[in-house]
Amino acid sequence: MLRKIFALMKKEFRAILKNKKTRMVLIIPPIAQILVFGYSASFDLNKVPFAIYNEDPGLASRQLLARFQGAETFHLVATIDHDDGIAPLINEKKVMLVLHIGPDFTRNLSKGQPAKLQVILDGRNSNSAMISLNYVRTVVMGFNSHWAALHGGHHVPAQLVVSSWFNSSLDSHWFIIPGIVALLALVVTLEVTALSVAKEREAGTFDQLLVTPMTPLEILIGKSLPGFIIGFVEATFIITMTILWFHVPFRGSFLVLYLGIFAFLLSAIGIGLMISSISVTQQQGLMGAFLFLVPAVILSGFATPIENMPRFVQYITYLNPMRYFLIIVRSSFLQGASFDLLWNLYWPMVLIGIATLTAAGMLFRNRMY
Amino acid sequence: MDIMRLRGLVRKESRQIIRDPSSIGIAFFLPVLLLLIFGYGVSLDARHVPLALVVEKNSPQAMALVSGFNQSDYFLPIPMRSIQQAEQALMHRKVDGIIWLRHNFARDLLTGGKAPIGVIVNGVDSNKARLIEGYVTGVWFNWLERMTGAQGRKLKVPVTVEHRVWFNAAVRSRDYLVPGLIAIIMTLIGAMLTSMVVAREWERGTMEALMVTPVSMKEVIASKIIPYFLLGMGGMLLSVLMAVFLFQVPLRGSMWPLIVSSSLFMFTAINMGLLISVAAKNQFVAGQIAIVITFLPAFILSGFVFDIRTMPVVIQWLTHLVAARYFVDILQTLFLAGDIWPLFLINSVWLAVMALFFLMIIKKKSRKLLE
Repeated sequence: MLRKIFALMKKEFRAILKNKKTRMVLIIPPIAQILVFGYSASFDLNKVPFAIYNEDPGLASRQLLARFQGAETFHLVATIDHDDGIAPLINEKKVMLVLHIGPDFTRNLSKGQPAKLQVILDGRNSNSAMISLNYVRTVVMGFNSHWAALHGGHHVPAQLVVSSWFNSSLDSHWFIIPGIVALLALVVTLEVTALSVAKEREAGTFDQLLVTPMTPLEILIGKSLPGFIIGFVEATFIITMTILWFHVPFRGSFLVLYLGIFAFLLSAIGIGLMISSISVTQQQGLMGAFLFLVPAVILSGFATPIENMPRFVQYITYLNPMRYFLIIVRSSFLQGASFDLLWNLYWPMVLIGIATLTAAGMLFRNRMY
Repeated sequence: MDIMRLRGLVRKESRQIIRDPSSIGIAFFLPVLLLLIFGYGVSLDARHVPLALVVEKNSPQAMALVSGFNQSDYFLPIPMRSIQQAEQALMHRKVDGIIWLRHNFARDLLTGGKAPIGVIVNGVDSNKARLIEGYVTGVWFNWLERMTGAQGRKLKVPVTVEHRVWFNAAVRSRDYLVPGLIAIIMTLIGAMLTSMVVAREWERGTMEALMVTPVSMKEVIASKIIPYFLLGMGGMLLSVLMAVFLFQVPLRGSMWPLIVSSSLFMFTAINMGLLISVAAKNQFVAGQIAIVITFLPAFILSGFVFDIRTMPVVIQWLTHLVAARYFVDILQTLFLAGDIWPLFLINSVWLAVMALFFLMIIKKKSRKLLE
């Protein structure tokens, strides 16, 4: 039995690696994508382009604005002197926000009356708008406590002392890059498995495979192993990059992480092979791959949290192996989570894997066209 | 180009589409399904965040703060007895944050000392952590105002920030995500529909049969583009209707820029698929390339969720190679802001340049030559 499986596996590997274009597709995109996505996928803003519209002749407004001009997170693009200047700057995305100070700012401030800083934001990307507004508030808070220290008043009886665990500077790269491990591992295994049976169906060689002495189980194992091995190698490569190149701290144990990778690949391969054995043509295989891949990524919690989704969508995500694996990767990296915090994330993936692999094996025989 | 021959080829291609239900499925079923799931599923606004509240000693001031959290829509407060219990809950991802009022909180408040309010957030999801910080600050500020108000004073803050969010006053992240989703879905559809079609002819040998006919390569390519373009535009129309009527995203721009840019984008996406197909000459490879190079770049580098303006400069240049980037920009602006001509023109020109560039390579790669 082992020899038969080994022979089939060898043939599968040849089918994948024989073609130069296929080899390139397996090797180059993951390297390029971890580099490009690692740098680009972030919710943090830096050098927020902004404009100043200051109607106040006083000193205080200039002191406040100087804090923005000096901050790393902001980048002054324009200074305007009347209302009409705001719209073109924001409409054409020249700036993300305009800081407007009215004519009586300094006067109000020195009289101890509330002085207003008006912020006009581009809401086309509402997430960026809210984050940059938070940055503005931080700068203003700094100005306020400085002002209060000099001029008295403004005693706040209770202060918030905020600390964030696992990622103290709230660098969103630390959140996204471990997620890319899951993303690329899923894409690669689907790429290897989703078309593999459909291709043989279309060429007619799958019928031949079925009349050999190989049992469906043996065919299944032979078809799965290349995906497993390629998935493991690429996942390891990406994890290495994440740690050594992007310096995301790895605080957990590799055993916990690799058990997760094993379960995740099992489920991804099962789904890939199931798609492949349902499809009669490769075009259908490709459609099936996308039909699974796109929702799996978007509803995984990779970029947008699952808890924000409505109930019924949250129930759908329980069928998504990436949902579980993402938590395992992120907790392994940032939280240093041990097995007892994560054990209930492994078995759903194994279950999905077993169910889909069984379905694929049954479809091998029963779906003839 | 010969109209008669072209018509014949287009008819053959259309029949092939109609007879294999998977193409129609891709064009109509896929956008509906994906928009439904995503339109409801994708949002960055945190609501009902589970939050552990540890109040070590009851006092009127502490109760006032607790009720502030209870009334807030953003939080789902869970009272806990000790900080240890709360920390355990945070480790197990049962709560996303902790508010900790120590036993000397009320005494420090009254004696005029600085009474700290401990806030711990789970930083693994840093974006959410930052949102939670913002919401906690809001609750805290309201509480301060009520506290000082109860003492008959007014809370004095030197400078207050007043904000106005243009184009999306309610700050619904869905309003900017849905137009972006349309661009992503259309990228996939364009690539999926066409990435196999030329490779299939090569694989089945029908390309060789076509070569001995008087049909020119130009006509073959045109006959592949026309029916799939129409199919893709049907899916596009459906997506826009869903965005406007189902998800209530405002469409503030006018119709014809929407039609022009959608056509341009569909044309670019289909050309990209065709290029994959022509270059691979083999459905298996074409499928693999399509999986790898269409979805992820469109998802991450298009400005759909991750703001391009915040990426490193080198990566910003790279995003110019992603067609979806221009369309995301056009759609977000057309839907939320309206007709803003400079943006529309720049992005449309880029799209046209990309489409022509793809077409040129396709033409170069698809000469009547056998290997």
